[in-house]
Amino acid sequence: MFTNFVPNIGRVLSKYWALFLQGAGYTLLLSFITVLFGTVLGSILALMRRSQNKLVSGFASGYVEVIRGTPLLLQLYLFYFMLPELLPMLNLSKFACVSIALVINSSAYVCEVVRAGIQAVDYGQTEAARTLGLNARQTMLRIVMPQAVKNILPALGNEFVTVIKETSLASTFFVGDLMTQYSTVRGSMYLVIEPLVVVGVIYFILTFTLSKAVNAFERRLQVSD
Amino acid sequence: MIETVSLYKTFGDLGVLRDISERIQDGEVVSIIGPSGSGKSTFLRCLNLLEVPTSGSVFFDGVDLTQKGIDIDLYRQRMGMVFQHFNVFPHLTVLENVTLAPVMLKKRSKADAEDYGRQLLARVGLSDKAAEHPRRLSGGQKQRLAIVRALAMDPEVMLFDEPTSALDPEMVGEVLAVIQDLVKNGMTTIIVTHEMGFAREVSTRVLFMDEGQIAEQGPPEAIFNHPQNPRTKEFLGKVLR
Repeated sequence: MFTNFVPNIGRVLSKYWALFLQGAGYTLLLSFITVLFGTVLGSILALMRRSQNKLVSGFASGYVEVIRGTPLLLQLYLFYFMLPELLPMLNLSKFACVSIALVINSSAYVCEVVRAGIQAVDYGQTEAARTLGLNARQTMLRIVMPQAVKNILPALGNEFVTVIKETSLASTFFVGDLMTQYSTVRGSMYLVIEPLVVVGVIYFILTFTLSKAVNAFERRLQVSD
Repeated sequence: MIETVSLYKTFGDLGVLRDISERIQDGEVVSIIGPSGSGKSTFLRCLNLLEVPTSGSVFFDGVDLTQKGIDIDLYRQRMGMVFQHFNVFPHLTVLENVTLAPVMLKKRSKADAEDYGRQLLARVGLSDKAAEHPRRLSGGQKQRLAIVRALAMDPEVMLFDEPTSALDPEMVGEVLAVIQDLVKNGMTTIIVTHEMGFAREVSTRVLFMDEGQIAEQGPPEAIFNHPQNPRTKEFLGKVLR
């Protein structure tokens, strides 16, 4: 089986390099959408969790617990089948359904990242701002958040890395990501291991580069402290 | 100007403040001294409601700050506060630290606030630091900045919570000099301090707190030279030698 391994890799690549490239593109796009909207939603959830209103903070806590306590694959299935039924007029594509599921999943994790980032800002900063006469909102926006961002950004980079890997689950629904392309190539070439290795290497290149970039960025933030 | 009426503060079972009724007049310079854990800082922090009293009232300029529905932010704008750990804003420049609140709370235009900010910074010897970030400042400089930040709001009273306790000894003098300058210009001041020499020198009145109560008070000469309460005597015997 392995005698033809290297030549097979060559064949897979020469024939389907464009497909893998496209898959990598979709994976990155899906990850980017997930992290971008996940961050917006996650930040809102984090602020909701800090709310004085028990109903609001309770809802946010419950949301985070449920999302983090159930498998992503299950959530993907749920949204994939549920969204078109619930909102038929929107005519959501499967890419959209899968994206929404990923965003919702990611937002729960980002919420905790943001919350930790806010909590890491010395409470003395809040007290100083409040004694000047700033209200809670002004204090959060002008004093706490700008400082929390420094704690949050590196963690968000790591969330991006995680999401890149997790989007592979979306291939269950053939949304064109890397793992989807693997299935396509496997089906057409009757090769299992070789395309898997190719896709694995691409995933690794993506995540490794990104986590190195995050580390470098984190060091720069620390220098400016 | 500030009056507390039967102020109580408890943390769980711990009674930190026990029935404090005290009045501080315009122009007074009040030092609060006492052993650690006696409630000095908590008392000070109750005056602008950083700590919400468990019961009792705090009156500022005749208004009960503890009543429901009051906009405490408006009153805090009129009371400056300086903390032990400076709490300067690290993400802003020195000048931005000073101008943020006056501009945001619409007390001044940006240009006006910067003008005034520079004047204040000059007054405490920080003119050349205006564009720097606070991380480049020494502890003493940070605390002088924190004082200026509070002054930029033109407060009617300044509250100091152990302003020199976190400083290296050689920097205590520069911060005390700034406070002294304020006091000389007639600022109503309440200061929680361990600097007995300073309290003696600048105060018009000294409060000695012990176990959540004001155990003794009077002019500095009386408290430091002829303390009546045995607890005051014991405390001063330990800190003065």
